[in-house]
Amino acid sequence: MDLALAPETLARWQFGITTVYHFLFVPLTISLAALTAGLQTAWVRTGKEKYLRATKFWGKLFLINIAMGVVTGIVQEFQFGMNWSDYSRFVGDIFGAPLAFEALIAFFFESTFIGLWIFGWDKLPKKIHLACIWMVSIGTILSAYFILAANSWMQHPVGYRINEDRGQGARAELTDFWAVLTQNTALTQFFHTMTAAFLVGGAFMVGISAFHLARKRHIPVMRTSLRLGLITLIIAGLGTAISGDMLGKVMFKQQPMKMAAAEALWDGEAPAPFSIFAYGDVEKGHNKVAVEIPGILSYLANGDFDSYVPGINDVNKAEQEKYGPGDYRPNIPVAYWGFRWMIGFGMASLAIGVVGLWLTRKKFLIAPGLRTGEDEVPNLVLFKSKALSPKIGRWYWIVALWTMLFPLIANSWGWIFTEMGRQPWVVYGVMRTSAAVSPGVSQGEVLTSMIVFTTLYAILAVIEVKLLVKYVKAGPPELTEDDLNPPTKIGGDTRDPDRPMAFSY
Amino acid sequence: MELHDVWFVLIAVLWTGYFFLEGFDFGVGILTKLLARNRPEKRVLINTIGPVWDGNEVWLLTAGGATFAAFPEWYATLFSGFYLPLLIILVCLIVRGVAFEYRAKRPEENWQRNWEQAIFWTSLIPAVLWGVAFGNIVRGVKIDGNMEYVGTFWDLLNPYALLGGLVTLTLFTFHGTVFVALKTVGDIRTRARSLAVTLGLVTAALALAFLIWTQVDTGDGWSLAAMLIAAVSLVGAIGAVKAGREGWSFALSGVTIAAAVAMLFLALFPNVMPSSLDPAWSLTVTNASSSPYTLKIMTWCAAIATPLVLLYQGWTYWVFRKRIGTQHIADAH
Repeated sequence: MDLALAPETLARWQFGITTVYHFLFVPLTISLAALTAGLQTAWVRTGKEKYLRATKFWGKLFLINIAMGVVTGIVQEFQFGMNWSDYSRFVGDIFGAPLAFEALIAFFFESTFIGLWIFGWDKLPKKIHLACIWMVSIGTILSAYFILAANSWMQHPVGYRINEDRGQGARAELTDFWAVLTQNTALTQFFHTMTAAFLVGGAFMVGISAFHLARKRHIPVMRTSLRLGLITLIIAGLGTAISGDMLGKVMFKQQPMKMAAAEALWDGEAPAPFSIFAYGDVEKGHNKVAVEIPGILSYLANGDFDSYVPGINDVNKAEQEKYGPGDYRPNIPVAYWGFRWMIGFGMASLAIGVVGLWLTRKKFLIAPGLRTGEDEVPNLVLFKSKALSPKIGRWYWIVALWTMLFPLIANSWGWIFTEMGRQPWVVYGVMRTSAAVSPGVSQGEVLTSMIVFTTLYAILAVIEVKLLVKYVKAGPPELTEDDLNPPTKIGGDTRDPDRPMAFSY
Repeated sequence: MELHDVWFVLIAVLWTGYFFLEGFDFGVGILTKLLARNRPEKRVLINTIGPVWDGNEVWLLTAGGATFAAFPEWYATLFSGFYLPLLIILVCLIVRGVAFEYRAKRPEENWQRNWEQAIFWTSLIPAVLWGVAFGNIVRGVKIDGNMEYVGTFWDLLNPYALLGGLVTLTLFTFHGTVFVALKTVGDIRTRARSLAVTLGLVTAALALAFLIWTQVDTGDGWSLAAMLIAAVSLVGAIGAVKAGREGWSFALSGVTIAAAVAMLFLALFPNVMPSSLDPAWSLTVTNASSSPYTLKIMTWCAAIATPLVLLYQGWTYWVFRKRIGTQHIADAH
């Protein structure tokens, strides 16, 4: 059989494609749920109309996005059984539990309250309706936590034993569920993924607000959104960097191979340098070109500048001694460049946030002549009394718009790095990917499903982007009397039983 | 009763919940072609399930996740074995979810018509395929000594399973029609009532044939009792909807679904997926289940979460309890 079309290769491609695609929507869902909830809270507390308009605007984009997140998530749960049945048999005792918890605790929550939020504008009192969007937000975060706990167990298995004497093949069995939920890999990965998710939402808000402000449209709503987005971007960016450093240190201990590959560090060094650019020979196991900063890798790994960091060749040798002959190196160029794209695009988003917040900073730091009112486009102010020329100012809006893509690129490469960097293991040190695929599933079947999903996802991507663009361009909606006077009791207004619903499909 | 037996019951309960809830929303999707005379009526139908279909679908995800956790071998054999039918179901559920959310997001008639087509087909196809899948599970499929499915796609399309598919199709459509009669006002409600009676009779004929076939093949005293409950409540549901008692009719069509699912699971027990090649190769509640520790944790989670889920999902139905008609649908969007 052609190796490029072997079921294992195809199943891995399918998993990669469906997961990265799913994860374009998930972080935006998580962050927009919370940001929309925040805006709606501001409306309920202050009664200012701009907050309600912002809630409706971002809420609509959130709904267009979450629809895709939900439907592509269904595939994720079932493809373990479809393409990875031997994996499911071997680890189902452990891996299934967080998935079931996610469904029982998080999915039900999220999906039920989203229905209440969408259709409840004219059926629920203000505060109860507000509580619904917060419930949705909690649901999305809980869901992420359980999935990341499951994934972390694959990165660093804990709280289990291998049961050899079942009479039907060995399997991994759970001995300590609490350990699975609270191990440092799960917690740091959760922290890192959450902050990265808010990076996506922050950039999304900044980009779209910039789009409108550059055209001098919907100014009060977009000013508020721009600042909320910039602050989110900065807090999330700093959080991502801190949690990324924490996660890196955890991984240096748990998966030395992954981090050596991320740095293209072939042979162990003390002190170890951080690589800026490398081009190497994978077969021979060395770099032909390497641009490095000395000592930084030692610091990233162990927190001091002189410590020893093992290289790819060292870890490979150690794993061969431990697990038997074989090649334990992941795809090194993917790990190396994936790591760099992740950090590069993540940091760039943060930088653009910092610059943006400085340029649009609060009034008292700016000369009176350059201050703007609530309904004016903010001047982009370089120094206390010097505004950016309109030409350069335009550039910031354009850059801000493109920044929307940066965290998505960083996220995608982050996952590709995390998952491919763990190869050839599906569960690190316990189960190899080649042992995990479904033995009874044919090449034709996997190929069919891969083509079907890829085509369907491509079509849906076009549809959803077009819809987003349409609703972004339309801007925040005008408010009606009904919007401003929600019902005071559950079940809605009874004055006119034939009044049209506030929202209908 | 040991924990793996408890989880067999819980999985049956989750499927019952799924078929009860998504059963009627599949039915409503099918009715958009069968019952609605014009586009505003189509929108009335879609909006009867608007706030709840997403929550209904999660019962499937929970059934899937719970099977993975409680019976990993069953999960692995079932989903790798029924690969292509499952792929079709997944595609339908993807398109269906997007269709509900995106249909009204553009005013163009073409756009809306396409999504309406999608809603019809993606409701109809899974409604058939779930029956086919359960027919095959109960009947037994070609499973070898390594718990692997060794049959083909075409083996799944046998008369018994196809009859099962027709039963779920008609039963869900009937259930959906009763739901529409319960949730609407005006002309559409009257028509839903009379359509429900016709559909109910067709369902009764098909379901009776399927359940008797099941009873003769694999049944015992308990499954006979469940079958009788299903039959009596289906007749009651038809009678009630004819008499204009839609609430009662909906409750009884729900009992029919619950009893029919109960019957299938009773006919299955203690197997979870019998092998038609050699009974010794069948997957059972013991050889397919997780370790007692995992089952214990899951039991705690289910014991705490399930009542809460029922509570807040029930509340949703209470919040949206008002009947709707074409007058409640705003013109423009």
